[in-house]
Amino acid sequence: MESVFALLVTAFMAVSVYLMLSRHIIRVLIGLALLGNGVNLLIFTAGRLTRETPPLIAPDAEAITGIVANPLPQALILTAIVISFSFFALLLVLGFRAYQDLGTDDTDGMRAAEPVDDPGPPEGY
Amino acid sequence: MMGTVIFRTLSPLISALTLMLAVFVTLRGHNDPGGGFIGGLIAASAFALLGLSHGVPAVRQALRFHPMSYAGFGLLLAVCAGLLPIFTGRSFFTALWTFPQVLGVEIALSTPMFFDIGVFFVVSGAMTSIALSLEQRGGGV
Amino acid sequence: MTVGDWPLLAVALPFVAAALTPFVLRYAEAAAPYLLCLFPAAIFAAFAAAIPGIAAGQSLNCGIDWLPAVGIRLSVRVDGLSSLFALLISGIGTFIVLYAGAYMKGHPGIGRFFSSLFLFMGAMLGLVLADDLISLFVFWEGTSIASFLLIGFDHTRQAARRAAFQALVITGLGGLSLLAGVLLAGQIAGVHSLTELLASGEALRGSPLYPLVLALFLGAAFTKSAQMPLHVWLPNAMEAPTPVSAYLHSATMVKAGVYLLMRLNPVLGGTPAWESILPFVGGVTLIGGALLALRQTDLKLMLAQTTVASLGLLVMLIGLDTDAAIAGAVAYLLAHALFKGALFMVAGAIDHESGTRDIRRLGGLRRAMPVTCAAAALAGLSMAGIPGFFGFVAKETLYGALADLRVWAAIALAVCGNALMFAIAGQVALRPFLGAPRATPRHAHEGPIGLWAGPLVFGAKGLAIVLALPLAVSLTLGPAVNAVAGHPVDLTLHALPEHVELPLLLSLLTMALGVAAYLSADRLRSLLDTLAAVLKWGPDRGFDQAIAALLRLATLVTRSLQSGRLEAYITATMVLTALALLVPMTVHGEWPALPVWPHLLLHEWAIVAIAFVGLVAVLRARTRLTAIVSLGAQGFAVATLFMLFGAPDLAFTQFMVETLSVVILALVMTRLKLAERDHRPLGQKVIDGSIAGAAGLGFGALLLRVTQTPFDSRLSDFYEANSRLVAHGRNVVNVIIVDFRGLDTMGEIAVVMITGLAILALVRVRARIVIHKEDDRS
Repeated sequence: MESVFALLVTAFMAVSVYLMLSRHIIRVLIGLALLGNGVNLLIFTAGRLTRETPPLIAPDAEAITGIVANPLPQALILTAIVISFSFFALLLVLGFRAYQDLGTDDTDGMRAAEPVDDPGPPEGY
Repeated sequence: MMGTVIFRTLSPLISALTLMLAVFVTLRGHNDPGGGFIGGLIAASAFALLGLSHGVPAVRQALRFHPMSYAGFGLLLAVCAGLLPIFTGRSFFTALWTFPQVLGVEIALSTPMFFDIGVFFVVSGAMTSIALSLEQRGGGV
Repeated sequence: MTVGDWPLLAVALPFVAAALTPFVLRYAEAAAPYLLCLFPAAIFAAFAAAIPGIAAGQSLNCGIDWLPAVGIRLSVRVDGLSSLFALLISGIGTFIVLYAGAYMKGHPGIGRFFSSLFLFMGAMLGLVLADDLISLFVFWEGTSIASFLLIGFDHTRQAARRAAFQALVITGLGGLSLLAGVLLAGQIAGVHSLTELLASGEALRGSPLYPLVLALFLGAAFTKSAQMPLHVWLPNAMEAPTPVSAYLHSATMVKAGVYLLMRLNPVLGGTPAWESILPFVGGVTLIGGALLALRQTDLKLMLAQTTVASLGLLVMLIGLDTDAAIAGAVAYLLAHALFKGALFMVAGAIDHESGTRDIRRLGGLRRAMPVTCAAAALAGLSMAGIPGFFGFVAKETLYGALADLRVWAAIALAVCGNALMFAIAGQVALRPFLGAPRATPRHAHEGPIGLWAGPLVFGAKGLAIVLALPLAVSLTLGPAVNAVAGHPVDLTLHALPEHVELPLLLSLLTMALGVAAYLSADRLRSLLDTLAAVLKWGPDRGFDQAIAALLRLATLVTRSLQSGRLEAYITATMVLTALALLVPMTVHGEWPALPVWPHLLLHEWAIVAIAFVGLVAVLRARTRLTAIVSLGAQGFAVATLFMLFGAPDLAFTQFMVETLSVVILALVMTRLKLAERDHRPLGQKVIDGSIAGAAGLGFGALLLRVTQTPFDSRLSDFYEANSRLVAHGRNVVNVIIVDFRGLDTMGEIAVVMITGLAILALVRVRARIVIHKEDDRS
């Protein structure tokens, strides 16, 4: 099972990196969203896979008995999903605002912070 | 599609049910699948749905306070839940439990529960704020 | 803290004064300088009261722990040398505060000025009293910073900014050199304090690293004490207000390097390197400074250049390393601090009252400013070395030391240098006052008492010391000489020579040459100007060029590393990521074994296939609807996989997040156009595809390799075992989030909150931000 997930992670990472290398802001953002999913899957798989048994303690038991899915990566991923979503939203709005103000969705055209004809720092005192 | 009569009629009902589900999922989180993060997201989607059908101003009016205020309240609640043990001489974020009997039923009250409720408010508030502010600009799909 | 710890309080007092200054100035107004000068006066009194004990050979040690783990203490040591310096710093400081009160009267920045001045005073006191080596460095840097603030006091002028910057760069480099020096010396000798270091001279001199230690300490001393060719910052520092020039740049701070050399003489001195480098550098600086001084027409610049020359003389004497030479150095140090401080204040008073410092425009001021004239005469006669003044005693002593050694080159240098300084003493102290009165920008008259009290006292002190010479020797000069020499020295100074010997003849020669130079000063100046025009590539120009070159280099490096193109940054990041993953696996032969064919159930295969299809569809999407739908497809596939593999919490969360993502993407994308097709040409696609493939392969292979190693389940086992017993919860995932790792979660919800606020801010900023190029430049 892990090998299929490793293949899936490979695909997620490759596609997200390929999209992030684009100059179009919206592709970069979609690439970032995929990157989040890929990393989550990677952490999930690294904690080993167990089918269909969530880490819940039975109402009459004091601790886990038998084999269940690893709870630790799940706890890590749960918050990661929410945080990556809120960052995705932030970047989406940021990209949208940049598009509105700069009139382009091409990252090469976004040179407000580092202008192409920047004369460099002054050499006087 | 968003403006159809069926959607406009049903969406308040769906939203209300979703909100109840959100509260239920949050509170049962300690023993069964669920918790503040999931509950918060469900609540946010309820408000987002209502925003799409009835417009953002209606949702804002229904909420009374700005969604980020709810988020701020949640963060305060979470921090207070962490601070409370300090006053009993324990270290920050030590869980405190009490099991009072109310009408013969044992109720579990704990700082982690209040912490989880804080998480619920932060996530639902922040996500609702995001969704509403985008809906307001975009004017619906 | 006990009464015996008073030297620590003395170091702290100026810092207290710096903090109180704004309030004193606000509430005491005109009386403020008189109140403020009580701080240094109190310190002076404390050290003066301690003189008898110090003279009897005691040394006071006290301190408090600072970083005990690494043996750093804030400790002070008061012995003959440090108490002489402390007396100079506090004594001159008292009159400088009075002088500055009159000189800076009405200036809007007077509070900042006095605060900086007191900061300097505290740092300088700490520097000369510090026993701990790290404290020494800290105070040393403190003086550099205070000097920077004071030189750049009038920061609206470019010249002042440049001078301040130059002084900070040069003395700051020296400070770094000192830090390296004390760390290395401390390491070699295995000590943390000067007291211990003074006892381990043998070990240091015998160490193979001795040349490096010496070079580091000399780097510090030569930058601070303005030895050629690092002297350039000192004349430029005359941009500072005159009280600063008088205090920092003649009497005290520039002597810090000399202090360091004197202090370390018992440890590092006595070697061939010490006895050749110091006299050589000092001698060159003496003659160079004196010649440069003669070229100037500005009173302050003349004095600054003669300060360079005097510092050279002191360094030369320390390097000669005989008891007599050290006695000469200590005597000259005291004499110089008094007469140079006084003359600077006189120059400032003349400037303040007449409006100019150019000696060619000054003359006949003796009637208008009689008291200042008297003070100038006293100080000038001491500087010229006229018999009866302490300057003469100092000069006789150092000539005596040179005569004993019979190093004729050094004698020639000293005589020439002193002759030139004799001439300049005349130019500065006599010429403005003699002759017919000249028209000056302002109608000159005597200044307030603050302006002439200091010069008069210091000038008179030059006479008073001579009258009480045996007392001065036994109380202050003698103990200082003992500390510098590292052993008791039988010191006797004579007010007037008892026999006609070589030293007296040298003094007479100096005076004869000096009178000649004074009379032909204008001709010498034009001669030197011609020479300077030829040699215009001085170290001052070199400094500008070096700074400009550094800036250009920094710009070049920044431009090449930060192209401003996001694509370049991401490419670099991803290439490095791929390399970081693939190279170690290849080098260590840790590639994963080929996996066996996995046994997945049919519906699991179906979900995995949907995820793949979703990914490919995202990649190939031509319309925004396709992109959104396929992004959603892979997200729901991932959520379903979580569900199938025992993670219902994750599955629910992922479902909700994907739903909300689709909604907000749809909302935003209606306003953002998605380009019809990928913009990249084929070649670029191949390159990007290779990078992406390599990175993906790296992650996949790493994951496969990890899953092929045995799993360490201790942490998970702990949570599974204790979730119900300790935390009363049956959902282990939720218990970890809200209880075991509650602090992490709190941080995470704070992040969610902040992104929510940031998005709100971004959405609300409706005004179009127009970036003006001018705004960046201003």
